[in-house]
Amino acid sequence: MIEFHLDSRSGVSPYLQIVQQVRQALRLGLLGVGDQLPTVKEVVAQLAINPNTVLKAYRELEHQGLAGARPGVGTFVTATLSDSTLASHGPLRHDLERWMAKARRAGLDDESIEALFRNSFRTFRDAAAQDIA
Amino acid sequence: MIPVAWRQFRSQAAVATAALVAVAVALAVTGPHLVDVYRAGLAACRAQGTTGSNCSNPVAGADRGLQVAVLAVVLVAPALVGMFWGAPLVARELESGTYRLAWTQSVTRRRWMLGKLGVVALGAMAGAGLLSLMATWWSSPVVTAAQNRFSPGQFGLLDLVPVGYAAFAFSLGAATGVLFRRTLPAMAVTLAGFVAARLAVTYWLRPHFMAPVREVLPLQDAGIGLVVGPGGPTVVGQAPPLPNAWVVSTTVQDAAGRAPTAADLRHACPDLPGIGTAGPPAGPGVGHVSAAVPVPGGLKAPLQQCVATLGARFHDVALYQPADRYWPFQWFETLTFVAAAVLLAGAAVWWVRHRMR
Amino acid sequence: MTAVLAARGLGKRYGRRWALQDCTLDIPAGHVVGLVGPNGAGKSTLLHVAVGLLAPSAGSIEVLGRPPAADAAQLSRVGFVAQDAPVYSRLTVADHLRFGARLNPTWDPALARRRTEDLDLDPRQHAGSLSGGQRAQLALTLAIAKRPEFLVLDEPVASLDPLARRQFLQSLMEIVAEQGVSVLLSSHLVADLERVCDYLVVLVASHVQVAEEVDTLLGAHRRLTGPRRDPASLPGDIEVVEESHTERQSTLLVRTDGPVLDPAWTVEEVGLEDVVLAYMGRAVAPARGRRARLGVAP
Repeated sequence: MIEFHLDSRSGVSPYLQIVQQVRQALRLGLLGVGDQLPTVKEVVAQLAINPNTVLKAYRELEHQGLAGARPGVGTFVTATLSDSTLASHGPLRHDLERWMAKARRAGLDDESIEALFRNSFRTFRDAAAQDIA
Repeated sequence: MIPVAWRQFRSQAAVATAALVAVAVALAVTGPHLVDVYRAGLAACRAQGTTGSNCSNPVAGADRGLQVAVLAVVLVAPALVGMFWGAPLVARELESGTYRLAWTQSVTRRRWMLGKLGVVALGAMAGAGLLSLMATWWSSPVVTAAQNRFSPGQFGLLDLVPVGYAAFAFSLGAATGVLFRRTLPAMAVTLAGFVAARLAVTYWLRPHFMAPVREVLPLQDAGIGLVVGPGGPTVVGQAPPLPNAWVVSTTVQDAAGRAPTAADLRHACPDLPGIGTAGPPAGPGVGHVSAAVPVPGGLKAPLQQCVATLGARFHDVALYQPADRYWPFQWFETLTFVAAAVLLAGAAVWWVRHRMR
Repeated sequence: MTAVLAARGLGKRYGRRWALQDCTLDIPAGHVVGLVGPNGAGKSTLLHVAVGLLAPSAGSIEVLGRPPAADAAQLSRVGFVAQDAPVYSRLTVADHLRFGARLNPTWDPALARRRTEDLDLDPRQHAGSLSGGQRAQLALTLAIAKRPEFLVLDEPVASLDPLARRQFLQSLMEIVAEQGVSVLLSSHLVADLERVCDYLVVLVASHVQVAEEVDTLLGAHRRLTGPRRDPASLPGDIEVVEESHTERQSTLLVRTDGPVLDPAWTVEEVGLEDVVLAYMGRAVAPARGRRARLGVAP
C-alpha cells in the first residue's frame, strides 16, 4: 500500500499531487493492477486534508482509466502505465549522468544545470503540446 | 441532568457530610452531660421549693463555650451554603467558560438550571435540617431551662426555620451569581443580602405574622424598672410571667395610652433617690431600681409605696405571642423563606434562559 | 443541497458596538467550511450565534433549517468545540464521557470509547491536567460522539503546538470522512484552513467579505504584474481587490470570471493565503464592480 505526502509549497493543488503520486507509483511498479489504493479515511487521517480532495483525486484517476471504485470495499487499480518504458530507464539514466558530468566540467553550478534542464524541458514540452494541438 | 448535577456537587456534599458527622460526634458526646446538669438543677430547685421561672438552673452556664459554638454554627450555616454552594453554582461556569460546553449539550438551559438548582437546594435543606435537628436536641436542656425558645435570639436557631434559611440563602447566592457572572462579588452580596433579610424578617415581619395578644397587668414592685436618664426618670415595663412565650413589647401606660411623665414619677415616688429627691440614688446600679438589682433594705418600703401610687393610674401593657404559637410561627417563617427561595430561583432560571444571550 | 447555515442580514450588538453586521450566508452541507478573519472581526460571535449561545440583535439565522438551540432535538444535531476547549478541570476524562452520555440521547458510547483509546487518553486522569492538545481532543470527542449533523469549532488549534495541531486536524478529517458531518471552523491560520477546507468565509470588521467554495475562489483570482498603469484602464468585468504600485511597476490582485487577455500583464495564479490577506487588508467591502482607491507604495 502506498503512502501519500503533500508539498504545500509546490503550487500544485493537493488533489493533483495525489493523482501524480499514484501515476508515479504505477510507473515505478510500486502499484499493480488489482492493488487497493488507501481508503479516503486513511489518507485524510494521515495528511489532514479534506476528504473531498481525495475523492476528487480518485475520481480523476477513474476518469483517466487507472482506477475503479468498488462500493463498500474501496478503490482499486484497474490499469497500469506503460511499463515498457522501464527497460529504457537504465540507459537513459546513464546518458543523463554523463551529460551532468559534462555540464559540471564546463563550469556550471547546480542551479545553472537545473535551470538549463528545466528551460529545455519546458520548451520541449510546449513544442510537443503544440504539435498535438 | 440530575446525575450530572450530583457529580458536580459531590465534593461539596462530601465536605458538608464530613462536617455534619464531626458535629454529630461532638454533640453526641457532650449532650448527655448537659441533660445531667439540667436534671440536677431541677432536683435542687424542687428541694428548695422554687419552680418555673424562679428556678435558676445552672445548665445555663454549663459548657458555655460549646453553647456559643453550637449557636454560631447554626447561625452561620445557611450563609455559608449561600456563599459556597449558591454563588458559584452558575457563576463558576460563566467565569471558567464551561457554560459553552454545558449549554451546547442536548439539554435545554431550563432543564440544566432546574437540575443544578434542585439537586443542591435539596442537599442544602437536608443538611440544614440535620444540623438543626442535632443542635435543637443538644441545646434543649438549656432552652427548656431558660424558657426562651420563642425569643428572637433563639427562635431562628431551632427546629424548622434553618431549613428555610438555607434554601433562601442558596437561591439568593445562585441568583446573584447569575446576575454578576462572578463568584466573589456574588458571595459578598449574598452574605449582605442574607443578613439583611434575616434581620428584616426577625424585627419587622415576624412580629406581625399573627396579631399579638394584648394583656393589661397591674404593676408589681418586683421587676419594675425605674430608670433615671438624661431626660429625667422613666419607668420600663416588666415582662409578664409567660414561659416560652415571646414578649414583643411591654409599656407602662394609663388607660388613655399615655406613659408616665417625669412629673408623674416625681409626684408618685417622692422618697426614691434620683426621682423624687434631687441627687443620685444611693443604691447599686446607677439610676436603676429593678428586680435584677437587689433592693437595699432602706428602699424597700418607699419602692412599694411608689409602685402602689403609680399602679392606681398606670398599668403594664404587654404585647406577646403565646407559647402555643411557636410551631405555627416556625412554619410561617420557614414557608416565607422557602417561597422567597422559589421566587429567586425562578428569576435565576428566567435570567439564564432569556437574558444571557 | 440544503444549507447547513442560512443567515439573512444577521447582526449582533454589544451595547453600542456591532460585532456582526449585515451577514448574509448560505453555507451548503457536506463541506468543511473555514471562517477566517482578524481578531475582533466577529468570528466567535458568529459561531456562538450559530450554536445558540447568543441571540441575534438583527436579522435571522437558521441552522439545519431551524433556529439555533430551539430545543433539545436541535441541540443534539449540532456539536460545538469552544475556544480553548473548556472542560471541567476537576472531573476525570471518564466523568466527561459519562456527562456526554447522560446529556445527549444520541450519544454513541462505542465511538466515544474508541476515540479515547485511540488517542491514549487515560480515563482516570483529571481533565485539568491534560495537555492543550489532549483537551482539544477530549472536547472534540464530546462534540462528535453524539453524532451531530453539523460540527462547529471556534479556533480549535490556535493555541496548540504544531504536532498537536496536525494530530487534531488529522482526527477531525478522519471524523468527516467517517461520519460525513458538515464542519464550520474558524482560524487565523490560513495554511491550516487551506488543507482542510473546501469552502471559505472571510469576515472582516464584522462584515462578510467572501463566502464561496475554495476552488471557485482560487479559480477566479489572479495576480497581474506589469508596467505601471491606472487600474481604471482594465475592462469592467475585472474587479481589483488589492493593488500596489512602484514608479515603474503595478501589481494587482484581481477577481475575474474570464481570462485576462491583455498581453501587457503577466498573469499568475494566487495562493489562498494571499487571496484571504487581500480581502482582509482592504476596507469594508464596497459593492462588487467598484474599484478600490489608488494606493501608492513608495
